[in-house]
Amino acid sequence: MAYSDKVLDHYENPRNVGVLDKSDPNVGTGMVGAPACGDVMKLQIRVNEQGVIEDAKFKTYGCGSAIASSSLLTEWVKGKTIEEAGKIKNTQIAEELALPPVKIHCSVLAEDAIKAAIADYQTKAGTKGSKADAA
Amino acid sequence: MKKPIYLDYSATTPVDPRVAEKMCQHLTPDGNFGNPASRSHPFGWHAEEAVEEARAHVAALIGADAKEIVWTSGATESDNLAIKGVANFYGKKGKHIVTCKTEHKAVLDTCRQLEREGFEVTYLDPEPNGLLDLEKLKAAIRPETILVSVMHVNNEIGVIQDIAAIGKIARERGALFHCDAAQSTGKVPIDVNAMNVDLMSLSAHKTYGPKGIGALYVRRKPRVRLEAQMHGGGHERGMRSGTLAPHQCVGMGEAFRYAKLEMAAEIERIRGLRDRMLNALKDMPEVYVNGDLERRVAHNLNMSFNFVEGESLIMALKDIAVSSGSACTSASLEPSYVLRALGRNDELAHSSIRFTFGRFTTQEEVDYAAALVKEKVAKLRELSPLWEMHQEGVDLSKVQWAAH
Repeated sequence: MAYSDKVLDHYENPRNVGVLDKSDPNVGTGMVGAPACGDVMKLQIRVNEQGVIEDAKFKTYGCGSAIASSSLLTEWVKGKTIEEAGKIKNTQIAEELALPPVKIHCSVLAEDAIKAAIADYQTKAGTKGSKADAA
Repeated sequence: MKKPIYLDYSATTPVDPRVAEKMCQHLTPDGNFGNPASRSHPFGWHAEEAVEEARAHVAALIGADAKEIVWTSGATESDNLAIKGVANFYGKKGKHIVTCKTEHKAVLDTCRQLEREGFEVTYLDPEPNGLLDLEKLKAAIRPETILVSVMHVNNEIGVIQDIAAIGKIARERGALFHCDAAQSTGKVPIDVNAMNVDLMSLSAHKTYGPKGIGALYVRRKPRVRLEAQMHGGGHERGMRSGTLAPHQCVGMGEAFRYAKLEMAAEIERIRGLRDRMLNALKDMPEVYVNGDLERRVAHNLNMSFNFVEGESLIMALKDIAVSSGSACTSASLEPSYVLRALGRNDELAHSSIRFTFGRFTTQEEVDYAAALVKEKVAKLRELSPLWEMHQEGVDLSKVQWAAH
């Protein structure tokens, strides 16, 4: 299968590979996919007090398109608010990377990953918030 | 060293230059270009001589008589002709066929078609090492079983089935025995009589001959009958009509002649290369060899690199030409059905790479490939959340995954 130059670039030089501290209350972690399906993405974001994503890291088990989709996503979400990041659509990722039809699911997984990371962050933040409210 | 390095000899082999040279003598106006079915002039007679000489070489490699060889377009056609031909001819006697889940798609899909036509097919599970349990085979054969079809060497994992024993079991129970030997010619000695084979599919392009030609061995004593699947001028004793391609026949014949002459020495050289690769890789953490290592052809190494996905590994290994699963199915996203049939879990099936070595593989190439594999697996594991979890001691089988 022929990969686009952008997929190859992200695959060969993946951006923002790594891990953020899961226990940090400002870090949201999203892990989506399943080994049996051939891809698992772990995406982490660190959100500052203004709700802006300061840092993003990923690790991905999957094909080149899955790795490229998650690498691209980390680049895109940095500097965005969580609201803006939550609006990123898989079609934008697929278009940017020129993914072939059989690889569209990789971009879907990336969209799921950022949504899961945001949800995790909000749950943590919400827990803090509700405690404050209850008090 | 030329790159990419070709380590996919089970997908196809290059034509041996000695074979190609001989083939070229059967094409052009100053060559032997006639139609072997032309009876009225020397162009036809000479072409027929060349085709018959080639037929004898093919027969010799498998211990058959030249009269028992039917030319086809390749092993897929041979499998179709053997299985459908037997089913159509002997269908009145019984409508049951026994085969194995790890057969090539040319056998499995042909059987599926026969099921749609009213035949019943038993697909046996292999043991975890890839080999058939002969007791399970015996139990599966019934009075109405007309055909048993089991491949000699598996294309993905290279394991060698006990063909002689399987053939004996089939014969004792009155069923015909078809064996797909596309992957075993020139790799394992073959004797259709000692192995009790009634029908055998052969391919030229896995044994340094050209693509586009194969053959079907059809036993004459006792005579095995087939219903033709290709009708026309009645070539090949009515079993397969169509003008023969003498350059292709000669290519296959010449390739098989060299295979017979050089096999013994070649296998040992290639085994040395394969073992060199295995020794270089086997001490890495979480790597598994798929399929039995002892009852296996010398040129195959199929390994799973746990926590690394196969397609991305192949992408990382762009300087070496290898395959994940088999080339015939690698366009799909499904993990290898052969590895699944061995009971390998999906992760390990997704992580498998097949390295196959051959006549033109050098030690320098093997050393380069082994170093590259080690480097890239380590790099991809750094990228892999599964490797990270494994390092942290998480049992991945206990994790609730969001399957998609």
